[in-house]
Order: sequence, then C-alpha cells, then structure tokens
Amino acid sequence: MAKKGSKKPTESGEKKTGEMPKLDAKIGKRLRKELGDDRLVEMYDLMVRMRRFEEQAGRSYQMGKIKGFCHLYIGQEAVAAGSIGALKDRDYVVAGYREHAQAMARGMEENDIMAELYGKASGVSKGKGGSMHLFDVDKKFYGGWGIVGGQIPTATGVAFAAKYREEDAVCIVYMGDGTVPQGAFHESLNLASIWDLPVVYIIENNGYGMGTAVNRISAVEDMSTKAASFNMKGVRVEDAQDVFKVYETISEAVEYARKENRPTLVQLDTYRYRGHSMSDPATYRTKDEVTREQQRDPIQRFTQWLVENKIRTEDELKEIDAQAKAKAKAAAKHADGEDFPSLDALTEDVYVEWPWAFD
Amino acid sequence: MRKILFREALREAMVEEMERDDSVFLMGEEVAEYNGAYKVSQGMLDQFGAKRVIDTPIAELGFAGLGIGAAMVGLKPIVEMMTFNFAILALDQVVNTAAKMRYMSGGALSCPIVIRGAGGAGGALGAQHSQSLEAQYAHIPGLKVMMPATPYDAKGMLKTAIRDPDPVIFIEGEILYGTEGEVPEEEYLIPMGKGDIKRGGKDVTLIAWSRMVHLCLDAAEELAKEGIDAEVIDLRTIRPFDREMIAESVKKTNRAVIVEEGWPMASVGGAVSDWIARELFDYLDAPVGRIHQRDVPMPYAYNLEAATLPKVEDVIAAVKKATYTKS
Repeated sequence: MAKKGSKKPTESGEKKTGEMPKLDAKIGKRLRKELGDDRLVEMYDLMVRMRRFEEQAGRSYQMGKIKGFCHLYIGQEAVAAGSIGALKDRDYVVAGYREHAQAMARGMEENDIMAELYGKASGVSKGKGGSMHLFDVDKKFYGGWGIVGGQIPTATGVAFAAKYREEDAVCIVYMGDGTVPQGAFHESLNLASIWDLPVVYIIENNGYGMGTAVNRISAVEDMSTKAASFNMKGVRVEDAQDVFKVYETISEAVEYARKENRPTLVQLDTYRYRGHSMSDPATYRTKDEVTREQQRDPIQRFTQWLVENKIRTEDELKEIDAQAKAKAKAAAKHADGEDFPSLDALTEDVYVEWPWAFD
Repeated sequence: MRKILFREALREAMVEEMERDDSVFLMGEEVAEYNGAYKVSQGMLDQFGAKRVIDTPIAELGFAGLGIGAAMVGLKPIVEMMTFNFAILALDQVVNTAAKMRYMSGGALSCPIVIRGAGGAGGALGAQHSQSLEAQYAHIPGLKVMMPATPYDAKGMLKTAIRDPDPVIFIEGEILYGTEGEVPEEEYLIPMGKGDIKRGGKDVTLIAWSRMVHLCLDAAEELAKEGIDAEVIDLRTIRPFDREMIAESVKKTNRAVIVEEGWPMASVGGAVSDWIARELFDYLDAPVGRIHQRDVPMPYAYNLEAATLPKVEDVIAAVKKATYTKS
C-alpha cells in the first residue's frame, strides 16, 4: 500500500509557484454527495475557527497570558479536520503536544481550551494540564503528550482496550515526523500488528522535528514505508493540505480498523507556518519556502472550492471568518476573566482521594 | 493453616482478581506459554486463555505503555516485568504517563495499572540483573510502591494493588519466590500504606521491607540471645509508608535502625530516616542507624556479592551502636 515517490507536493508539477492548486475535484464531488453541503461547510467553519483560535493563542502568548510551551497548528488545519471528521463518537483520539486544533475538531469548546492555555480552573484539565495536556473523557479525547512519541504506546493500549471490550471503536493517534526514530514507535506498531489492534497511526509530517529537517533525521522521506516492517498497511498523502484527501484516506483506514481490527500507518505531508513553538523564530527555513507552502493553504483552497461549486458565496465565507475571529477573541476574554485554580488544588488529583499521608 | 510458596500466593491473588473482574488481565514477557519466567503465572494461560494472559515481545516501553493506555480507558492491566532491572526501559511511560495522568488531566483520568515483577539481589547475577530500584519509583508523586516479604502479605497486598485506582509498582524480592508461609484459604486484603509488626520488642526498632525483613528477624533472634529485644517492623508499602506504625514503635523503643537492600544515596531508607529525625527527634536516644548495600554496582563474584549486601552481623552491629552496647 505504501505510496511511491519522494517528490514534495509543491514540486509535483501540478502548478507553478504563485498558483493555488485545487482541492481534489473527484473526491470533493463524492464527499458532497455523501456528507452534504452543510457538513462540508461545518468542516470549513471548523478549520477557520482553528486558524483564528491559534492566531489568538499566539497573540495571548505574546501578551504573557499563556505561559510555558505553546505549539501552534497554523497551516495544518486540513489534517485535524479531515481525520477527526472521519470518526464516530465512540472512537478515540490520542494526540501529541500540538493538539489545540485537534481538540477543537473533537468538539471541545474554544472557551474551555483557551481557559486551559491560560491556566485557569475552568480549563479542560482544570488548569493543571496546559497547552500540551488537553483531556476530555466524554469526547474520548486523550492528549496532549509532552514527551515526543510518549503517546504512541498509550494509544496502542487504548485500541487494545477497545478490542478487549469489543466496543467496535477505533483509536487514531497523531505524532510528528520527529517521533518515528523513537523506540516507542517501533515497539507499538509491532504490538498493534501482532495483536490485530484497531488503531490508525498518523504521522503529521510538517517537514521539521523542532528545527531539524526530516531528511536529516530519517532514513526515508516516506515514513509510511516503515509499515512494511510491521506487516501493516502504509499510506502516504503527499498533499495533506487537501482536506478531502485526508478525510478519504483516514476514513478508509478507520473502516479497515473497524472491520478487520488491523492497524494502518499513515503519513500526511503538511506544513506549519509558524516555528515549532512560540519560542522558535524558525530561522532554519527560508521565507521563500514558507511562501511557496502557503500557496497550497488548506483554508484558501477550501474557500475556492466552496465558491466555485456555488455552495457558499465569498461574502458568506467571509462572514464565517468574521465569526471565527470574534469567537477566538471572546475565548481569550473569557479565559482572562476566569479564576486560577485555588491553592487547595495543588495537592488534588495526585492520587485518588486517599486516607494516607503522602506529602 | 496451609502453607504455600510466595510465588503461589502471588498467582492466587491474580487468579482471584481476574475471576472477579473481567477487566483485569496479565501481560508480559513469558507470562503465558512459558508459564512465567519465575513461574508466578503458572497455569494462568490455561485458565484464562490468550485474551487475558498475554505474551509480549521483549519491548518493555511498548507493552508497559500499552498497558497504561488500556488502564486510562478503564481496563485493569497487570504488567509483569521479568525483572525490575528491565523495567528501567519503560520508565518514561511509568513516570511521564502513568504517574501524571490523574494530575495533569485535572482528575479526569486515572491509571489503575499494576506493574509487578522481580527485584532486588539475585544469586551471582551480576551488576545488571541484581538491583534494588524501589527508590526511583518511590520518588515519583503519582505512584504507589509495594514490596511484600511473606506469602501472606504478597497475596493480600497484590489483591489490593490490583483494585487500587492509581498506578502501583509491586516489587517482589527475587530470592523470596521460593519461600513458604501460611496463607488462609479465605479472602483477605492488606491495605495500601499499612505496615506490619513482624516481631514485637522493646529495645530497638528495626525497619525493613521485602527480603531485609527476614534478615532483621534473624538478627533479632541473635540479639535476643544477648538480651536485646528488637522489634521488627515491615513497611510493606514503601510509598506511602506507615508513619503511625513507625512513630508508635520508636516512641516505645527510642531507637531505630533502617535496613535496606538498595543503595544509600537518595534512597527509601534515607527518606524514612529523614522523617524520623524530623518528626520523632525528641523520642530518640540515639541517631537513626542505617544499613544498606555498599554503594557500588553488584559484583558477580559471590564472595564480593555477599560482602556488598547487608548481613546479619551488620544489623547486630548497628543495633549495638544504637543501644550503646559494647560487643
């Protein structure tokens, strides 16, 4: 199943620099029929809200309202929206540390996520998780992990539990390209294959592990080929800035997991416009490169498709954007007004409530 | 009362818990078809089948992490580490994931996993297979650490560990697997954090856990011949340790000697000693004594191995120092 080619999507000859490639028309047509226009517009709305939320998070960080690490997702929206869009409510999501947008895709509210980023008691993890540790058990969203690759064995265990209890549920897990050389990756995929677990491993290949280009740390550019060594399906989407392609690929992998209890390794080639985190000015790449990548912006391409197919007018889409901006701003205002956790919370939730002294 | 082996007591605990709760399963290297590297899981594959007694590859981080993930969503895994020497490979998952889940999720998640297996010194196994590493777990908020010394304790403690909603590290002294002891047929549980007085005495308190409890009992017998009445207390749970029991005993004997198989630096004995010195200072008639392994990797040569580990004579000497008794 592993796909050929090591060509970068931007060099794939579809378009010269300056022209925006179109979303896959064939898949678009099929999804329109399958999902309906409103659902596609919802997906668009989600991606716009992700973008605006992350821009607001960046501003809040610069204002000192958000502390610690803050890894923004801007540019990768098609990945979160397309992949989580392919899930049922009973499925599980495990994420890494760049997971704000994924949490949104899973239905977590901007206000609650932003409150967590601000370290407030009303945040999704009561202010004790922060940017890298967003959890919502009801929505089956598990993650943010702060350790590179630490989430991969855990997600494998979530899939194991789903199969053990015959839940007919699948677990998808996100990881960056930087996790693949980790032992955790190899140990987990091997287990998932020998035990037939319903899990989809998604490598979000945005080209860089922190500031190190993928080709400097990985023996192969197409990491989905590593699936072969685990007797597992491997799929690469070279243009994962196309939300339709992501949706279709992950849908197939999820259905395969659901029906056959078999794992898939998927590499989604994407790009982040910002640095690794807010403290990274990303000087390791050229302005030309970023500009070139922005030519295949997942949101702009979606805008174009919606307009060309007369699903919404440009003005209507602008209105969606305006509302997304307002929502992000409101989330920041909300978070700012919330309380920090009480000092009593400091020692809460280390263990289940326990009569023995631990301190 | 019937007598069974330490390893059999552990097996009974797992079998009983797996019978009463479908979400409990056992996973680890050689636990199923081989019946366990130390034969703790003997016969369990036949009883429960391959769905619940699961052989893993030799990849500790992977399967420990998988167990942690399964625990996060409600299963109750028992992960056997063939020995705790190898459990170091899984330490990232245990420390960074299992121990932190409840806290960093704001109480939304728990991780009811038991990670158990052999620890402590073996017989001439050399530096990489013969270590007491409980301190590295006891150091971590979020983990509970249990180390039984007898078959009776092993069974009652493991059952408690399996039912505990937090991650529990359960270290079994490798040398203890073949020891025998009385274990009742009827069900019982030993509470987390509850120590045990293994021998009453009035002159000095010997504090130990796991194999060192037996060393202290031997030393107490010798001391009794010389008219020194030592109380031997077994912490059983290292974190949280039973402060009440220690306080009661030290208030009675006014002297404490801590005996541990591990190294002295940043150790469990060091932490217990610190607590006694701070909380019970007014009751002490002598500095807290400490016996521990020599601060070197375990040598292979068995004459050196014996010289490295705490001995009965070391305990006797420490007691005499604490009681100001000339030998």
